[in-house]
Amino acid sequence: MAKFRIAVHITPRKGLLDPQGNAVRDALRTLGFTSVKDVHVGRYILVETDAYDAIAAEEAVTEMCQKLLANPVTEDFEIESAVHA
Amino acid sequence: MKFGIVTFPGSNCDYDAFQAVTDVLGEEATYLWHKDHDLQGSDVVILPGGFSYGDYLRAGAIARFSPIMQEVISHAKNGGPVLGICNGFQIACEAGLLPGALMRNSHLQFVSAEVRIRVENADTMFTNLYERGEILRMPVAHGDGRYVAPAGVLEELEGEGRVIFRYADASGNVSADANPNGSERNIAGIVSDAGNVLGMMPHPERACSPLLGSSDGVRLLESILAKVAA
Repeated sequence: MAKFRIAVHITPRKGLLDPQGNAVRDALRTLGFTSVKDVHVGRYILVETDAYDAIAAEEAVTEMCQKLLANPVTEDFEIESAVHA
Repeated sequence: MKFGIVTFPGSNCDYDAFQAVTDVLGEEATYLWHKDHDLQGSDVVILPGGFSYGDYLRAGAIARFSPIMQEVISHAKNGGPVLGICNGFQIACEAGLLPGALMRNSHLQFVSAEVRIRVENADTMFTNLYERGEILRMPVAHGDGRYVAPAGVLEELEGEGRVIFRYADASGNVSADANPNGSERNIAGIVSDAGNVLGMMPHPERACSPLLGSSDGVRLLESILAKVAA
């Protein structure tokens, strides 16, 4: 067993109204960043886990996303490659 | 009849529910601690409002995995009545007892106000003492109350008469102005496919006395009583 760290990005499902993202987008435009097209606000989660190898760690975190970390109705998730912690 | 009211860390409407059941309805109520595995013989389970587990991750996401919820899920699967109010609605969705999810209010603000809801289906165990089309007044207090579900699920809910409450104005018009949180199709409350789980954002337990400004929630509890006792 080795210790791995995996970063998870969770974002609002595309196509669903994202009022928080829209508010941040509008604020950026007000600040003068007028070329901003779209902003989405999500969550960034760091998971440290023991696993036999990186693939096993990634599989485990994928299952964590499906069961708890992301809501399958409203959110999408992406996980980064496992790194040794 | 015995009502079990679940107390999660962060629940804050459990006392209101307890008072409504015992004082107004005159029935027995007991608190069910989130760490317990025992419904204590409850006939009806209430998942009350509040901020269970601080709304960490997502509203209701952690509460769903608490020990008592495993019993509540079994109770619901066996046809037992479950009433999820506000945070309880969020928990019921996270637990898969109801379809869809509750997202951040479209205007991003916490809304604490009295709203009106229209009874869309008076033929359920939660609404049999109301009339279809009746307008009820109840308070809402939430930041994540915008009901969303995939289009196919919304059609299924509509087709099966499972949207039982919709935000409306005093005249009964379902309009964007009457929608306090941007819920799809002004949905304020839905029931499960078997009809024994109700999730709603408005608070019937806080509309049980003229002193509180409305007594429109009383008949919801009495409806359950009429159905379960029958």
